[in-house]
Amino acid sequence: MIPSAFDYVKATTVDEAVAALVAAGEDAKILGGGQSLLPVLRLRLNAPSTIVDISNVAEIRTITDEGSSLLIGAGVTTDEVANNALVKAHAPLLSMTAETVADRAIRHRGTFGGSCAHADPAGDLPTAAAALDCEFVIAGPGGRRTVSAADFFVDFFTTAVGPDEVLVAVRVPKTDGWGAHYEKFNRTAQAWAIVGVAALVKVDGGVITDARVALTNMGPKPIRATSVEAALKGQPATADAIKAAAASAADGTKPTSDVHADAEFRSHLARVLTGRAVATAAGV
Amino acid sequence: MTHISATVDGTHRQGEVEPRLLLVHWLRENLGLVGTPIGCDTSNCGACTVLVNGKSVKSCNVLAVQIDGAEVTTIQGLASEDEWHPVQKAFKECHGLQCGFCTPGMIMASVDLLTENPNPTEEEIRDGLHGNLCRCTGYHNIVKAVSHAAAEMSGS
Ligand SMILES: Cc1cc2nc3c(=O)[nH]c(=O)nc-3n(C[C@H](O)[C@H](O)[C@H](O)COP(=O)(O)OP(=O)(O)OC[C@H]3O[C@@H](n4cnc5c(N)ncnc54)[C@H](O)[C@@H]3O)c2cc1C
Ligand code: FES
Ligand code: FES
Repeated sequence: MIPSAFDYVKATTVDEAVAALVAAGEDAKILGGGQSLLPVLRLRLNAPSTIVDISNVAEIRTITDEGSSLLIGAGVTTDEVANNALVKAHAPLLSMTAETVADRAIRHRGTFGGSCAHADPAGDLPTAAAALDCEFVIAGPGGRRTVSAADFFVDFFTTAVGPDEVLVAVRVPKTDGWGAHYEKFNRTAQAWAIVGVAALVKVDGGVITDARVALTNMGPKPIRATSVEAALKGQPATADAIKAAAASAADGTKPTSDVHADAEFRSHLARVLTGRAVATAAGV
Repeated sequence: MTHISATVDGTHRQGEVEPRLLLVHWLRENLGLVGTPIGCDTSNCGACTVLVNGKSVKSCNVLAVQIDGAEVTTIQGLASEDEWHPVQKAFKECHGLQCGFCTPGMIMASVDLLTENPNPTEEEIRDGLHGNLCRCTGYHNIVKAVSHAAAEMSGS
């Protein structure tokens, strides 16, 4: 299908993009890689009057080593996140999660920032960002602000990014020394996650000293499985101990029931996949 | 209307387009390059796959204005003057198609995969092509064709 007509603005700086959003009013949309926005426009689920293309903004296309963190521009593609040497070395959870997103063609165009800003409850990268305690750099008419992952994801398809704001970059703390794994369950190769689990585990002398677990599609936004995280700390890195801790993975979650799975099955998946993700991350 | 120019299959092309025009429609309707088909409305099937600056994209999921200044290769730009591309030949030799509707996209996605991974395993081929759907072949001969092309291209 063909999208409704819109005005097209090609911004070359973040300030230009913000100015274009302000000038166009509430009815404007940023175009990142377009891999979620284009389907929405083509199915006419939305018909913004103005599209502000930020793919030519150089600032948002770079990955910078900040010492204890990586600053990944919002316009860095999912493919680059999957294959970049810095990301693979210092935030392997993010690169391995990116590899599970969609297919090669979609990954070539879709962006890290677009995926986070879109905030699909079944999106994979937002979950990795939640597990990694990322920070989000947002630019608006009043300047720039930084928001934690806990405050960034608000609800179904809703983030802290306002209608006149642009997500500029995501700050990813390095996780050198942590084991990492993203476990995604879907029925067919192309499908989105029915449930996904991102795990980061620190093991010292056979004991789990720290753990972070985040869930995909177990509620309207990425959820940290804090009870599993607490239960894992101080446990031996063994299959039995991990399985026992993973039993609380679905506690406090609000999974939906849909054609792919009902809430009960999703809860079961959350427990099983958490066990697998943590065990793999811990090298068990 | 917005002015765009791009190199398409080695030829410089330009024109005035509506911003909402999809790349696949620019190729098919404005440039007459109907070798790139449209198979779905949801960006799932991959029939419309072309290369933009050497990397695969689903041309139904990209606006024409987004490829201003880029280099686009469609299935029609793959063969040289007198010879098919090795992936095209392999699809013919291995019977990697039946109705042929998915084939342009399948071949472009295979070319993209082999650029990154010249010697893929069967599993890597299946994973690398999972954004392309075929309703006829059951994929086996497509996988064979890609393996065959890989061997051919690496001279073994
Ligand atoms: C067939 C198919 C399969 C897919 N499978 C998966 C999957 O398995 N897992 C998964 O996680 N995703 C999947 N996706 C989605 C894909 O990862 C998208 O690339 C991603 O969701 C959006 O990124 P984008 O850069 O393309 O954003 P766009 O489509 O350009 O934008 C999406 C939304 O975010 C806003 N936006 C984008 N960038 C910014 C910014 N910098 N600042 C503020 N707002 C911004 C836009 O205004 C829009 O509302 C799939 C998509 C398709 C078409
Ligand atoms: S027509 Fe482009 S993916 Fe189906
Ligand atoms: S040969 Fe018919 S769809 Fe693939």
